[in-house]
Amino acid sequence: MSAYRFLVNGAPAQVDVPGMRRLLDVLREDLGLTGTKEGCGEGECGACSVLLDGQVVDACLVPVCQVEGRIVRTVEGLSLAARERGALDTLQEAFLDHGAAQCGICTPGMLMAARAYLDAGGGPDDEAIREAIAGNLCRCTGYTKIVDAIAAVASPAE
Amino acid sequence: MPTRTLTPGAGVVDRALVIDPGQRIPGRAAGFPLRREGPAKLTGVAKYTDDLVFPGAWYGITIRSAEARARLIAIEPDPDFDWSKVVIATAADIPGDNVVASIKDDQPVLVPIGGEIRHHAEPVALLAAPDRETLRQLKGRIKLVTEPLPPVFDPEQSDHVFAHYDVRAGDLALGFAGADLIVEGTYRVGHQEQLYIENNAMIAVPGEDGGIVIHGSLQCPYYVHTALKRALRLSSVQARVIQEETGGGFGGKEEYPSMIALHASLLALKARRPVRMIYDRHEDISATTKRHPAIVRHRTGVTKDGVLVAQDIEVVMDGGAYCTLTPVVLSRGVLHAGGPYRCPNVRLRGRATRTNTPPNGAFRGFGAPQTEFAAEMQLNRIAERLQISPAELRRRNVYRLNDTTPTGQVLKESVAGEEVLEQALGASHFERIRERTAREAAERRGAGIVPPGPLRSHDRRTANGIGLALAWHGAGFTGSGEVYLASVASVELTADGRLRVLTANTEMGQGTRTVFPQMVANELGVPVDWVEYAPQDTAVVLDSGPTVASRTVMVVGGLVILAARRLKAEVEARHPAVPFHEAFRDDARANGATRIDQKFEPYPGVEFDDATYTGDAYPAFGWAAAVASVEVDLDTAEVFVRDVIAVDDVGKVIHPVLCEGQVEGGTLQAVGYATIEEMKLRDGKYLNDRLATYLIPTALDAPHIRAILVEAPFSGAPHGAKGVGELPMDVAAPAVVAAIHDATGVWIHELPATPERILAAMHDPGLVGVMERPA
Amino acid sequence: MPAEPPIDTPRHLFEAYERLAAGPTRPIAGGTDVMVAITGELGPIPDRMLDLSRIDALRGISLEEGSLVLGARTTYTEIRRSALCREHLPALVEAAATIGAAQIQNRGTLGGNIANASPAGDTLPILLAADATILVGGQRGEREVAASDFFVSYRRTALAPDELILHVRVPLPRGRELRFRKVGTRRAQAISKVVMALAWEDFGSTGWTNVRVALGSVAATPIRAHATEAVLEGAHPTPEVADRAAETLAGELRPIDDVRSTADYRRAVSARILHRLLRDAGGW
Repeated sequence: MSAYRFLVNGAPAQVDVPGMRRLLDVLREDLGLTGTKEGCGEGECGACSVLLDGQVVDACLVPVCQVEGRIVRTVEGLSLAARERGALDTLQEAFLDHGAAQCGICTPGMLMAARAYLDAGGGPDDEAIREAIAGNLCRCTGYTKIVDAIAAVASPAE
Repeated sequence: MPTRTLTPGAGVVDRALVIDPGQRIPGRAAGFPLRREGPAKLTGVAKYTDDLVFPGAWYGITIRSAEARARLIAIEPDPDFDWSKVVIATAADIPGDNVVASIKDDQPVLVPIGGEIRHHAEPVALLAAPDRETLRQLKGRIKLVTEPLPPVFDPEQSDHVFAHYDVRAGDLALGFAGADLIVEGTYRVGHQEQLYIENNAMIAVPGEDGGIVIHGSLQCPYYVHTALKRALRLSSVQARVIQEETGGGFGGKEEYPSMIALHASLLALKARRPVRMIYDRHEDISATTKRHPAIVRHRTGVTKDGVLVAQDIEVVMDGGAYCTLTPVVLSRGVLHAGGPYRCPNVRLRGRATRTNTPPNGAFRGFGAPQTEFAAEMQLNRIAERLQISPAELRRRNVYRLNDTTPTGQVLKESVAGEEVLEQALGASHFERIRERTAREAAERRGAGIVPPGPLRSHDRRTANGIGLALAWHGAGFTGSGEVYLASVASVELTADGRLRVLTANTEMGQGTRTVFPQMVANELGVPVDWVEYAPQDTAVVLDSGPTVASRTVMVVGGLVILAARRLKAEVEARHPAVPFHEAFRDDARANGATRIDQKFEPYPGVEFDDATYTGDAYPAFGWAAAVASVEVDLDTAEVFVRDVIAVDDVGKVIHPVLCEGQVEGGTLQAVGYATIEEMKLRDGKYLNDRLATYLIPTALDAPHIRAILVEAPFSGAPHGAKGVGELPMDVAAPAVVAAIHDATGVWIHELPATPERILAAMHDPGLVGVMERPA
Repeated sequence: MPAEPPIDTPRHLFEAYERLAAGPTRPIAGGTDVMVAITGELGPIPDRMLDLSRIDALRGISLEEGSLVLGARTTYTEIRRSALCREHLPALVEAAATIGAAQIQNRGTLGGNIANASPAGDTLPILLAADATILVGGQRGEREVAASDFFVSYRRTALAPDELILHVRVPLPRGRELRFRKVGTRRAQAISKVVMALAWEDFGSTGWTNVRVALGSVAATPIRAHATEAVLEGAHPTPEVADRAAETLAGELRPIDDVRSTADYRRAVSARILHRLLRDAGGW
């Protein structure tokens, strides 16, 4: 057991846990941030996607020792500014408007992959969006409305 | 949005209302209510079962068989380990009947000592501990002493029949005698995993009254409730089931949750504390139910003009080791086996048998995708043989108003087969594209200096293809199912002036929690935000039946509308000349709560005889057409499904965005079924029981899906809706396989149409399973 | 229920060497393979782990004396974004883009792909075809192993238990062409059924030289198809040569049926994609 310190959604966090504990378990069980979901535990479904120093990663494949000193962002921190006003951010709003969330279990991870794509300057191109979310499995939507929602945020001119 | 619609019950079918995807209403959710729990899901606030915290809860796991068939002699915990700090439960701990209540009582909660293990990964014992590390260490330390028994894996060799049906109409011999051509074909489909992204999850909390409260991911609270009462010997009050946010079901959480709830309960009762039973993906795939594999044999007689005159169809389904819902799945499969086509002389036979493989169960489509794949393949073979366009052949045979089905059901209304067909053909420019792909195929054959062979392909690496399929889907339960269910749904004006809808119908992504308040608000003339949706908790809501069979909006939605109408009438009667929306708060203050419990009444004129299997098998049918465009890599036979036009007649569109979501999602599941989703078994064990090996389509694999919604209302339901969930699942797979044929020239008779099968067929056309002969 | 074995996080290479010399420990870099192993479902759980994520000596992409040198910790995303890789080894960029999806590419490393030694490792045929060498090191010193000698048997490498992969050196001979092709079950997040790299040098009339045909997922290790290479060596990619090469390849491969594909498919498709690469190279 060691103490690991890092930033989660802008706030400092410290956990005293084995270094090999999965970031996913640290978030869900040690920090109570259950917005990040587990779908497969082996990096196939993307339900546990979070941002690590701005890059999208599967939290089930990251040992917490590798998070020491770094910046983690989860679905709970996606709309920090907006949430204070009780609102959604533009990406969440677009998902809601377009019907891009159905059962919702892939949604937090999908939002994080989309956020990483948009933050990296991703545009409304259909194929590029699909590549950006190809690590996030959805069984409900057929992806159509998810791609539409991301494209709408990438090109708000619509 | 165009607003042309059919008059419910009208004798003459005008064109149905069509909502084309190009016609979205701009703005929030196209002007319809936003998903009610959407913000909670989008911010991570929504609580799924594994997100819930119960202080002091233990973790539970299942010890499963490692054999397909064996006698269980003993369960022996390793004496070198300390078992005093954990709880083990076996069949001996079950207070009531050792059965998971379902259609037949053949499936035990846990295999008893001396009992028979009937499939790999069958639950034998349960283990709970305060932490997961202990469980991980102890899991492999329980030895199952068994005596092997000979397993059966081939459903056609099995002599244990779960169910069989024989539906006849007309005179088959006469029909074949009048045929110009008889075509025979054999088609196969394999298992398909529902693959909801949230694994099964169940938490059991012991109550002070000796009862159990279940919090779980599930579709049907009252199925679990019934199972708890039976096996744990609990009263209706002692057993309480609460559905938590559920991350997808697709049929996969219709029946197996009863098993898991019982397991968690047995451990919770023994440990005297809450027990969490959260499956990981590996366990979920290896143990829970799949879509039934099937073998479907067709013998069809047609005239030279392509008119069907005789259909002799035999369906064999693999039920797996226990009955579960197999008789009903088979029944729907058999009743849909002829496809949406008129034929005067028909025999539909079906049987489902037991094999020593994990039990198969409900999955979106419920038997129909299997048999309709075969029906569409058969029709395509006939079209090819007669050199009639597949569109034209369907046009000539598709059911029209007042046609009669093999059960003797006269289609008196709400028949939109032609409509969906023409919509799909028009939107896809089917015939024009088909001419182009035929031209390209001819060019490929003639081009290049090196002709293709086993170790090299064509000059051009890829080939395009287009394919069409048509389907029908009986709306709601088969036969007298709804009559037996006798569902009750409620609308309540509470004493403190709130409005709420109470049903047992669950939200699992499809939108129940959004559309029920929407329908009630429309009836009551109040803003949708004023109408609450009560939790799916058996202590709160009555049994409005399971959330299955695309029945939620059609059947329960109908009850909810009728209840709302009665509530409105009662309140307005007490406040003459005051509209409901102004009167209801005063009414609650003056009169207290008013709750309307609306019980299902049989749809007028809909009658079915279960004994003879004749009559109205379904109150109405939904109709669907799909046109798929594929690109096949001729080097590797990899298939990329580029586009699917999916046209679905749902009776009445309640919420276009949610409805399109159902069509798009169902279409992609069908595309996966057609192309890559395959369970591989060895000795009755699933080999690819992980997400790294059972693959479903990613966003890059998904086609562009255009959903076109058609409305041909059903007059028996107050809103005219017929359901949407399953319909799209029936139709896209045969469309994709037809498109693969258009691109490659080979027919794939077995789903999924993998590159391995396509490449093998390209090299050896003799592999195809169809025989043709002149009559 | 993943296990949580103890883990050391050295800052410097010599500390890592000390740990490795002290007893069995399983290195972890991006974790995309190792973190799946700790569930215990796919094999024994390591007793001890060695975190390489703080050792900066294992990072970086550079051009040194006509070779491209990639640190073991180079991620697939870094490969995709590297101007050097894109210019000098575009086939590796192409391969990196086919591995997993963004989440895996951001974490998975070239060194991990090599150490894991999966027969389906997507970058490995490229390293074989490009005559890459792998620099390994430990307390006993450093040594360079040719990629073609590195993959010994199923998931076993020439790496000793006390050694780490430090970097990969890919020579960049003038005039070399290198092609990559992957066949998977789906378009992302797919483990390959067949993966192939083809390299050659072409100086005109003398025909192709230094031909390399390397494949993954068709044997217990990534392999080179020597008989097929011999057919192509000194030849031009004519239709007749392509046919002969495809036939030779189909004859020399011994793939198996497994959960992802069949032996027949792998054999036929290996030949067919080689034929296509030769057809494209020949321009006919």
